[in-house]
Amino acid sequence: MNKQKYSIFALLRNAVSYNENWRQAWRSPEPKKKYDVIIVGGGGHGLATAYYLAREHGIRNVAVLEKGWIGGGNTGRNTTIVRSNYLWTEAALLYEKSLKLWEGLSQELNYNVMFSQRGVYNLGHSLQDMRDIERRVGANRLNGIDAEVVTPGQIKAAIPIINISPKARYPISGASLQRRGGVARHDAVAWGFARAADALGVDIIQQCEVTGLNRQADRVTGVETSRGRITADKIGVVVAGHASVLAAMAGLRFPLESHPLQAYVSEPLKPILDTVVMSNGVHGYISQSDKGELVIGAGVDAYTGYGQRGSFHTIEHAMQAIIELFPLFSRVRMLRQWGGIVDVSPDACPIIGKTPVQGLYFNCGWGTGGFKATPGSGWVFAHTIARDNPHELNAAFGLERFTSGALIDEHGAAAVAH
Amino acid sequence: MLLIKCPWCGTRDESEFSYGGEADIARPATPDTLTDAEWADYLFMRKNPRGLHREQWVHAHGCRRWFVLERDTVTYRFSATREPG
Repeated sequence: MNKQKYSIFALLRNAVSYNENWRQAWRSPEPKKKYDVIIVGGGGHGLATAYYLAREHGIRNVAVLEKGWIGGGNTGRNTTIVRSNYLWTEAALLYEKSLKLWEGLSQELNYNVMFSQRGVYNLGHSLQDMRDIERRVGANRLNGIDAEVVTPGQIKAAIPIINISPKARYPISGASLQRRGGVARHDAVAWGFARAADALGVDIIQQCEVTGLNRQADRVTGVETSRGRITADKIGVVVAGHASVLAAMAGLRFPLESHPLQAYVSEPLKPILDTVVMSNGVHGYISQSDKGELVIGAGVDAYTGYGQRGSFHTIEHAMQAIIELFPLFSRVRMLRQWGGIVDVSPDACPIIGKTPVQGLYFNCGWGTGGFKATPGSGWVFAHTIARDNPHELNAAFGLERFTSGALIDEHGAAAVAH
Repeated sequence: MLLIKCPWCGTRDESEFSYGGEADIARPATPDTLTDAEWADYLFMRKNPRGLHREQWVHAHGCRRWFVLERDTVTYRFSATREPG
């Protein structure tokens, strides 16, 4: 594949030719009969996995099968927050690996993923919240992750529009701040990984739904798809909310429940919020996109479901939280609402590793917080598939932890409710 | 907002109810003889189907009684409701 490098010179050259000579960013090939590795799911995690398989492990005969269009699932449906301030060492190191990859990702992919390290505040609203925050900040620092505790005065100085009044229903007692955290452009992450993987020879096949997994005895041999049978030695499944459906095709049961998770954007405003604010107590999170929209998220809808929408009272709950923190946003009109399907695991941590079926690997259970992990998830999953063995960063995240009892309990501990 | 039919109180807004997850998961009768894998299956593994799902709800802000519903997890349409047991 003849890769076209993006640069200021490419911009100028194409500007003088009326932008008629840009090449397509990735091919749309017909699926081959056989691949070394098939990745099921063309979201950010799947595309990153394919990219790192080609880049780090030299496995280039790879197909990414996507039933819709790439990045059309949860990659395009999240609130784009990136941070690594998790409590437990296993989780913190995994997310920190991801954050380090984010920091060099635009250069690495030659694609501007608009990663903006504008800082992430996790607010506390009570004495117990502040004790938990101090514990987590201490744990983060021991793991080499930047973290600090800030006072209401410091929060007000950084975010003048926030309400720190002691008369608030849930007064702000302080916050943790991770300055290296921030946001990234979600579509660009999918497109950047797709373009870079394609340049290394990966076939990205869209509108190709996997309808069955073929196995011989205890080994996978390939997949049945809406575009015919494709064989492969190894299959990596990275399908977020639909992980249980794919697992059932292999006769496996997973500890997952899929929930709708809603997000919202407002009408575009002039720049007013230059950081990310999250609150576990009132349960909402907010940032402002480059287009000026306020990007808002909250908790999952209580019931399990695969319909990419949620209930109205969940919207009301999210808005209440934001108005509590930023009363001046009460007159802002919301523009769009959508839902993504998140696969929540019992300990709010991902499941990345081998399965009882030889050659079949799963990367799922990211629940409500997978976007931030996109590069790191792909990096460790590529290693797991290439070596048939997990990397030390994801060794603790295998399916077997639900039998051994070695759970990594990030529910509530991870700075925001899931 | 889902409209949920409580078998005792009739159809009410979803916000009156709490969700209780997959139905028909019985606590093992002989827990002391269970293997770790069997415990894991009971505690953690779920069907999580795309399609019809039998699930438990409790009318938390109403009669406070539990019941079992069958719901399509894609269309969110309820097809049956009944008392537990």
